[in-house]
Amino acid sequence: MEKGKNKSIIDLVWDLFASVKLAVVIFSLIAVTSMVGTVLEQDAEPERNIQVLVKMFGVGHETAHSIYSVFDSLGFMNMYHSWWFVTFLLLFAANLIVCSLDRLPRILKLVRENVRPLSLEHLEKMSIRKSFAIKGSASSIKDDVTSSINKIGFKPSKAAAENGLQFYAEKGNFTRLGVYITHLSILIILAGAIIGLKFGFNGTLNLPEGQTAPVAFKDKGTQVPLGFELRCDNFDVEYYGDSDMPKSYRSWLTILKDGREVLKKVISVNDPLTYEGITFYQSSYGSVGENMNNGIIVLRVISSDGRSNKVNTKIGGTFTIPGSSIEGHVSNFSPALSVDQSGRPFTYDAGLKNPAIHVELPNVGGKPYSGWIFKRYPQTWRLPDGSSVEFLDYWGVEYTGLQVRKDPGVWIVYLGCIIMAAGLYITFFMSHKRLWVNVADGKGAAKIVIGASANRNRAAFERDIEKLAGLLGEATKGENR
Amino acid sequence: MSGSTSSVFFGLSTIAYIIAMVLYIGYLAFRKNKVGVVATAVTIVGFISQTLAILLRWKEFYEIGQMGWLRAVPLTNLYESLVFFVWCLILAYLVIEFRYKNRSFGAFITPVAGLVLAFIDISGMSKDIQPLVPALQSNWLLAHVMMSFISYAMFAVSFSTGLMYLIVRTEKRSEPAYLFWTIMLSVFILVLCAMGLDYMTFKISVKSQEELIKGYLFKATFRNSSSAIAFLSLGVSVAFTFFIWRFGGALKKVITGLNISAEILDEITYKSIAMGFPIFTLGGLIFGAIWADQAWGKYWTWDPKETWSLITWFFYAFYLHSRLMRGWKGKKVAMVAVLGFVAVIFTYLGVNLLLSGLHSYGSQ
Repeated sequence: MEKGKNKSIIDLVWDLFASVKLAVVIFSLIAVTSMVGTVLEQDAEPERNIQVLVKMFGVGHETAHSIYSVFDSLGFMNMYHSWWFVTFLLLFAANLIVCSLDRLPRILKLVRENVRPLSLEHLEKMSIRKSFAIKGSASSIKDDVTSSINKIGFKPSKAAAENGLQFYAEKGNFTRLGVYITHLSILIILAGAIIGLKFGFNGTLNLPEGQTAPVAFKDKGTQVPLGFELRCDNFDVEYYGDSDMPKSYRSWLTILKDGREVLKKVISVNDPLTYEGITFYQSSYGSVGENMNNGIIVLRVISSDGRSNKVNTKIGGTFTIPGSSIEGHVSNFSPALSVDQSGRPFTYDAGLKNPAIHVELPNVGGKPYSGWIFKRYPQTWRLPDGSSVEFLDYWGVEYTGLQVRKDPGVWIVYLGCIIMAAGLYITFFMSHKRLWVNVADGKGAAKIVIGASANRNRAAFERDIEKLAGLLGEATKGENR
Repeated sequence: MSGSTSSVFFGLSTIAYIIAMVLYIGYLAFRKNKVGVVATAVTIVGFISQTLAILLRWKEFYEIGQMGWLRAVPLTNLYESLVFFVWCLILAYLVIEFRYKNRSFGAFITPVAGLVLAFIDISGMSKDIQPLVPALQSNWLLAHVMMSFISYAMFAVSFSTGLMYLIVRTEKRSEPAYLFWTIMLSVFILVLCAMGLDYMTFKISVKSQEELIKGYLFKATFRNSSSAIAFLSLGVSVAFTFFIWRFGGALKKVITGLNISAEILDEITYKSIAMGFPIFTLGGLIFGAIWADQAWGKYWTWDPKETWSLITWFFYAFYLHSRLMRGWKGKKVAMVAVLGFVAVIFTYLGVNLLLSGLHSYGSQ
């Protein structure tokens, strides 16, 4: 940067953005407002946040209401998307760019600068240094020195020095750029986020079993056309043991393009389906209340001699056991059946948690039979004569809750994350290491001075230098034998 | 049954850490080398049995869940995460003890470990193995949670060394840094005491620790229905803070007597943050975002947990920059390190227990 006496406005702005003070101010602004945003529930009903204010300040409802209006008009109720919070983020990005660019030329110079031979006085001042004498002369041991330095992972250059030779090498000078790689990654992530917000959408879709939808719904209920159709063929929940805690829930989805089936997939939480850039995530489920008694009961009826038949019926409908004329009748249904202490069955939930049908068969092995058959408990499927009625599904009464997302920026965000990981690794776990080995001829012995420096993790490099000194001693001993 | 075996090992490690605590304090007081060696040995025994306990629980979970080893990692509730936090903390301490050949620090770490484990026992926190809800059934679970806790343990170390650094380096009572650490320490002790009183007062009427903190936080003291008790608690707190402020010099003498120089404290603070920060960024923020993206299609939603992680990240990023670039070394950066850990605690516990309590209707 040119440092003239009369700074132009551009220079002044540049200096302002390059200053660490501004960075601190922006950091603090983002941090403090973010904290407020976690206390006030975002995008919620006004009454919820008024309750929060009542609890926090111990004020009356009226006062809380006026505090709420102030916060609301400032945009705090959806603050992460408010113009001023976005401005903070953009200022942060600008600050990051200018700060990095301001310092980059100097660092680049350091990175390009190659290690050069140094005087002995310089070596004595190094943070890591060793000096000792070994038998031989500079010219006789030079190959040993080179190979010893190679052994600790450096490729040395040679130069003539006073009374002998100097070997010098360096490694990892690019690691000084680690910080800037990390900074760059933050900008890439922000760019990816902006692309996602601009060209993508986030929506939801509650799709009942058996139905097809050409659109998804954004936050405020606006429709977003998908460009194809999505059908939910089936939905199912699997529970942990006897509990009502879901172990997994899955949707069988089909993509239809121009009326033709083009893709089928079973999705579950953590395992979405993507088609033409739009991804469907399993996020919730529920039952369609008004359909509850109109679903299709899917049964597999197996006769005692093993003949089986799949039957679709309804509440009040019938089924026959294959190979016989025995007819069964579904007389009752419960979406969630349990048994009370006196042994009476009752429905404990409106959702499809433990569906059961009551079947009546006038003649099973000569006797009439009636009983409850549970979808979740196969042991209730067997009938006294060895035939069985498997309750496979109660279909058409549940919907699958899907998150629908299109985000062309997500790959840029992922790329930014990878770069950030690399940048952090370089910054914190690698270092710029330099070493010099000066060999000077003396009376019958060579005086060796090692100087070395590392901008990070010096202790580890010190051990390497320790090893190098040991190698040099050994190599020359072998020669004199 | 392996369940009982794992709890036997857990019990053993709790006892070991408490004995180690007594030994380390004894070592500080009497400076007998033998006591120190025994303290280290007991800590190692505790650490090994805790490792075994965690592995056994992992195996047990694996057998119950039938979802593969990666998803059976015992890190899915408050109890398990606290246990793992203690494990990381002890590991970090043992590394420091061997690196710096100094045992004095043990007298500060083992009490934390012993207290956390004892707190788990007293509070009656649920120790049951709970099956995973579908959202948690992901291979990211292991990497995300484990790395987060490793970084939390690193930050905990930097918190205690940062605080010790401030104690050692402050001279005058009017100094901002002196005020900072005395108030910080007082608030820490007072909050713990107030929560202890809550527990003792209300333990009969509540079912779980979580409910206690959500519904009854400070109800025994500062938020008591009787305003006399509330004011009395406030008065006692002010008096206590004043006491710490007035006699903080005594603590300084204790720590100066430990043979730990301020430079080493500063170095440990920096090194643990320099380790913790990249681990936190990758494991906590990035893996968390990728996981959220795969589970819900949103890598960042500004929910309180995410936002507080980001605030924590800001604190430590600030620490690293101020230290590296502005030559801000010394007391100021130590204060940032201490504040950073306050943000960590809030991210880990505050968000779940306080903010969700604030947003619920039930407790009012």
